[in-house]
Amino acid sequence: MMLSLKDKDRAVIRKLLAAGCCGRCVLRFCCVGKYSSYQQSCEDIEKELLAFLGTDDAEQSHDASGETETGDPPCKKMKLESPGENASAGGAPEPKVQSGVCVACVGVLQHFCDQSYAKQVSDVVRKGEYRFDSLMFAVSLPAQLSVREHSLWLHIKKEVREKSMCLDKEDVVQVKDAFKWAVQGLVGKELGASVLANSAFEVSVGFAHPETDGDCHFLATECPDCFKPTKNKASVFTRMAVVKALEKISDTKFLRHYPCPPVSPSSKCTPLDTTCLHAPVFIAGRYNKFSRELPQTPWVIDGERRMEGSVEELIANPLLTAFKADGFNFCSSGREDVDVRTLGNGRPFAIELLNPHRAKFNRSEMRQLQETINTSSDKIRVRDLQIVTREATSRMKEGEEEKTKSYSALIWTQKPITPADLDCFAKIKELKIDQKTPLRVLHRRPLAVRQRHIHSMSASYLDTHHFTLQLRTQAGTYIKEFVHGDFGRTKPNLGALMETEVDILELDVESVDVDWPPAVPE
Amino acid sequence: MRLVFAMAETHERAPTVIDRYYTRWYKTDMKGRSCEDHCILQHSNRICIITLAESHPILQQGRKIKSIDYRISDGCSRLNNKVSGKSKRGGQFLTEFAPLCRITCTDDIEYTIFSCIRGRLLEVNEDILKRPDLLLDKPSTDGYIAVILPKLEESKTVTKGLLTREEYEDVISKRNTQPQESL
Ligand SMILES: [Zn+2]
Repeated sequence: MMLSLKDKDRAVIRKLLAAGCCGRCVLRFCCVGKYSSYQQSCEDIEKELLAFLGTDDAEQSHDASGETETGDPPCKKMKLESPGENASAGGAPEPKVQSGVCVACVGVLQHFCDQSYAKQVSDVVRKGEYRFDSLMFAVSLPAQLSVREHSLWLHIKKEVREKSMCLDKEDVVQVKDAFKWAVQGLVGKELGASVLANSAFEVSVGFAHPETDGDCHFLATECPDCFKPTKNKASVFTRMAVVKALEKISDTKFLRHYPCPPVSPSSKCTPLDTTCLHAPVFIAGRYNKFSRELPQTPWVIDGERRMEGSVEELIANPLLTAFKADGFNFCSSGREDVDVRTLGNGRPFAIELLNPHRAKFNRSEMRQLQETINTSSDKIRVRDLQIVTREATSRMKEGEEEKTKSYSALIWTQKPITPADLDCFAKIKELKIDQKTPLRVLHRRPLAVRQRHIHSMSASYLDTHHFTLQLRTQAGTYIKEFVHGDFGRTKPNLGALMETEVDILELDVESVDVDWPPAVPE
Repeated sequence: MRLVFAMAETHERAPTVIDRYYTRWYKTDMKGRSCEDHCILQHSNRICIITLAESHPILQQGRKIKSIDYRISDGCSRLNNKVSGKSKRGGQFLTEFAPLCRITCTDDIEYTIFSCIRGRLLEVNEDILKRPDLLLDKPSTDGYIAVILPKLEESKTVTKGLLTREEYEDVISKRNTQPQESL
């Protein structure tokens, strides 16, 4: 038998059909777990259900004859207990499928499981111009379907229990699953993509049924603590909240407030917009910044832009175009000030590209993209550009505090200096300094004193008031404040070490010693 | 009163940290006390550093400091000020005439230093308690008095009653050329 129904399902089927359930919903409540059963047309399923009920006695007699192996011709018994006689004897009405909208699924499994709906969804997906070879299918249903489901469960609980004591409400196939089994294959076929339980590309459909939205309302008075208003939700009647309330409410209370079986709806549900979402793609690399007039992120004060361009935009814009992404998030291993250059091997960064319409790029395409970024501006340069996993990006921040950064600073001294005055720096190793949160960032960071290590320093004499100071420091050390002292709030500072007023005129980051992302051979 | 200025000679060098990131504001004759001038350095991020203006009597030739006290009354000490978190919870809120500390010179003359602006007290300079000479040697940097954070919505208006550098220089030069009116 196609539908793999059991004899003891008959009572359940009769009750559900009489209550106004569609064929697929009947299968669900009979706990039919075979996907293909749901892929037949509604008419075929319903025809088979009726045929199954019709063969009731015929089958019993056939089984009986098979077991006893009496020589009696089976046709004789069949005549004696015809379906009609049986029905009138038990007082049950002739089983038939109700013509209206299904009480359980409000039409989801009746009107939206066919080729034409699959085509409609696929057309929307195609318009998005995504590139994908697999997809996952998601559906959102009106919350009140859970209320209707609960009512129907109470309606047929006794009959189901008679079938098997171990069956419970959880064994009923959910509308969501039945819908997916029926339709997602058709969508996949239409789009030429395999449908997986997990794919980076998600196609979401949904249904609304305003006529029955009120079904949930009595739950709010019965279980008020399940429906607490939240800021970002339009309605308190979320699916989760309704399910939770249904778990709490007693059967008697439920039946006092809600009809069992549910009332037949007069209209079918309406499909919501089909939406597509591709999981983010993560791009990593290292950047150099050659300009002292370029902020790392857009510099906006009081809604007004203070400087043209930014490192993140110069890198992200060509990527947004190539990946056809909706937006991005930029993050890097530390950051430099507007007036600081980043030289050497550059600073590791990662960009999360949101909802990319194209996600696959091979090595040579990535190299080409890197070239596009590098030719678009001489203020920055990118290397080691590559696609990475989300998990890998955490390696950039791992142990960031312990990492070493190398700097080169142009220093001015108030008192005249000789090359010999600079010899002292080579002897200083692992200098511990205490830095109060710099005044320039104190408005947005907590006030604290942090100890940082200056691993080593060396100096190159330029003239009587200038020299270059090379420093290797623990990440998180504020170099400018170490030099000028920040009103004496960094101790010791370079001025104190040299016993004169000093100032920092230029600063370059020479290297950021983070060994991620891996180098990409040119 | 004779004032010693060294403004001209400092400018043979590139702009200082204060020149680059701060705006100088002044309050002269604070609370009607002659020459008790305060200087407020306002960072572009709205944070304000309260310092003595170079014309303040304490900084005049030969003065020495005997003591500095941030305990401004029995019940209130600026040393107890604590701020926590990004929003600087717990900091004492100050109005223009809130005293920050009292400084006594070796000639037993006492001066009160005031907040000059409305805002939350972030920190006071405990270094000058141990080394009062800092205040004399570097009054506008390491010898600062306090750091105050004006409310965001008041960051543009807190300096309204204060003088600009130009206006201040004007006041000082007039003070030096015209004999002081004695009360
Ligand atoms: Zn249905």
